[in-house]
Amino acid sequence: MSVSTAPHRLGRLERPAITGVLVREVVNFSSFWRSSTFSSTVEPTIYLLAFGFGFGSLVSRVGGFSYVEFVGTGIVATAVLFSSAFPAMFGTFVKYQFQRTYDAILAAPVDTEELVTAEALWIATRTGVYGCVPMVVAIAFGLDPSWGMLLVPFIAWISGYGWANFGIMVAGFASSFENFNYIVSAVLTPLFLVAGTFFPISNLPHWAQILAEFNPLHQCVVLVRHAVFGFHDWTDIYRVGFLVGFGLAMWRIAIYAMERKLID
Amino acid sequence: MKRYGPITAVNGLDLEVPEGTCVGLLGPNGAGKSTTMRLLTAQSIANEGELEVLGFRLPGESKAARAQCGVVPQLDNLDVTLTVEQNLLVFTHLYRIGRADRRDAIERALKMANLVDRRDTKVNKLSGGMRRRLLIARGLVHRPRLVLLDEPTVGLDPQVRQELWALIDALRAEGTTILMSTHYIEEAQRLADTVLIMSHGSAVASGPPAELVFEHAGREVLEVYGPPARLAEVEAEAGAAGLQTRRTGTSVSILGVDRNGYRAEGERRPANLEDVFVLLTGEEIE
Repeated sequence: MSVSTAPHRLGRLERPAITGVLVREVVNFSSFWRSSTFSSTVEPTIYLLAFGFGFGSLVSRVGGFSYVEFVGTGIVATAVLFSSAFPAMFGTFVKYQFQRTYDAILAAPVDTEELVTAEALWIATRTGVYGCVPMVVAIAFGLDPSWGMLLVPFIAWISGYGWANFGIMVAGFASSFENFNYIVSAVLTPLFLVAGTFFPISNLPHWAQILAEFNPLHQCVVLVRHAVFGFHDWTDIYRVGFLVGFGLAMWRIAIYAMERKLID
Repeated sequence: MKRYGPITAVNGLDLEVPEGTCVGLLGPNGAGKSTTMRLLTAQSIANEGELEVLGFRLPGESKAARAQCGVVPQLDNLDVTLTVEQNLLVFTHLYRIGRADRRDAIERALKMANLVDRRDTKVNKLSGGMRRRLLIARGLVHRPRLVLLDEPTVGLDPQVRQELWALIDALRAEGTTILMSTHYIEEAQRLADTVLIMSHGSAVASGPPAELVFEHAGREVLEVYGPPARLAEVEAEAGAAGLQTRRTGTSVSILGVDRNGYRAEGERRPANLEDVFVLLTGEEIE
């Protein structure tokens, strides 16, 4: 349109762009943290109490743990899922479709890649905190505190980053809210049930056990248990690697999905 | 050129916005105005053709261009649960205003939008006009070199519209370069230095509003009222005299009567941009 100033490209994944999107989220969070905190922590806590008291009265020991120890650690994965994948799915869709927030952000010097990255980082950070809440509640019901618990926020963060991107990806590919039902019923519910949270997967058929190894929620459950009760061997490194790989893969696919959606 | 499947939204549009001027894209809904705006922020990628904004080539260098552009969207996308000031604060970050200048930028935007005493009001408690003023101020918080206004007064009552025109006029007076899309003839006529009439994705004419009117519709228009049969006669007569006409509801407007010396019973009125628009596009506009 008009001339002057030497043209130059701004780089990819710039900090000011990511910070800008994060600031928006943090400022917004100040206006709805109550409801968000409520839904992300109360539901897993209800699961904890229901299974803890319900099953706990039937079974005393599971896989070498008391049942409150077993569920109190496994429940972290449930809290991770509820505070990452779900808010990411619904939040992204609402911001894209109804509030048109992303139109405003992309008109600023922010690219889709930076937008997705910042949104996922923010959700992961919330997940790092929310993920631990039911475990802290479990302490009140007999789970012994340990130093290893200090690692749990990091495990929840890494898992949350992957699931946040998963949610953004789903919202990116979905053409309406109704599409989420398929994902919740066909993907999230099975993964959530066979993660080893409420019952050990060692009792499942062999093929299911093998499949469970590819379930990021299962990896999260195992890592949390090992962090709290003691790490085993090199397989824990593999599990961390698996979660990192899950996060990176979801991140790239989420960016692809959102670019398709936001840029025509 | 921009295509969506079989639909071509923008086609062979030549658009130049000289620095310090206000260019108005005038066209009915579906003329390709909003698509043009999205192309300029690289939220839409052209299938063919070249785009350069502030010296940056799109889409490759679009981020650098966007840093110096202010965008005021047609659809309100403010964060409604945040206060006026928080909305501005977020955008000082998104537009990378340094920490030292943020306060001043927010104060300036509040003053410009005349919302200083509403700074702590949540957006969902503001009136439609205030929201639109905030939307404009948000797009200007970083003192952009180029402002893209997409239908700045659409859906607002006349009084609020006047108020926004004053605001936009003040920007113009400061020398801000503005590209504005509108489907209100009066808005284009009042605010734009150059008007580009768009129809079906292309520009059908461009120039300063007064020149466009003079060139295409002359100085005066004769408006003849009568029953349909009479109107048809008038059209035929004017056509025979080499004049162009357009139907305006219950009347026929004969354009450029002052040049031709054509006489008929009717009311003379100054030609306006609407005459030009209808003449060139064959489309009625609001």
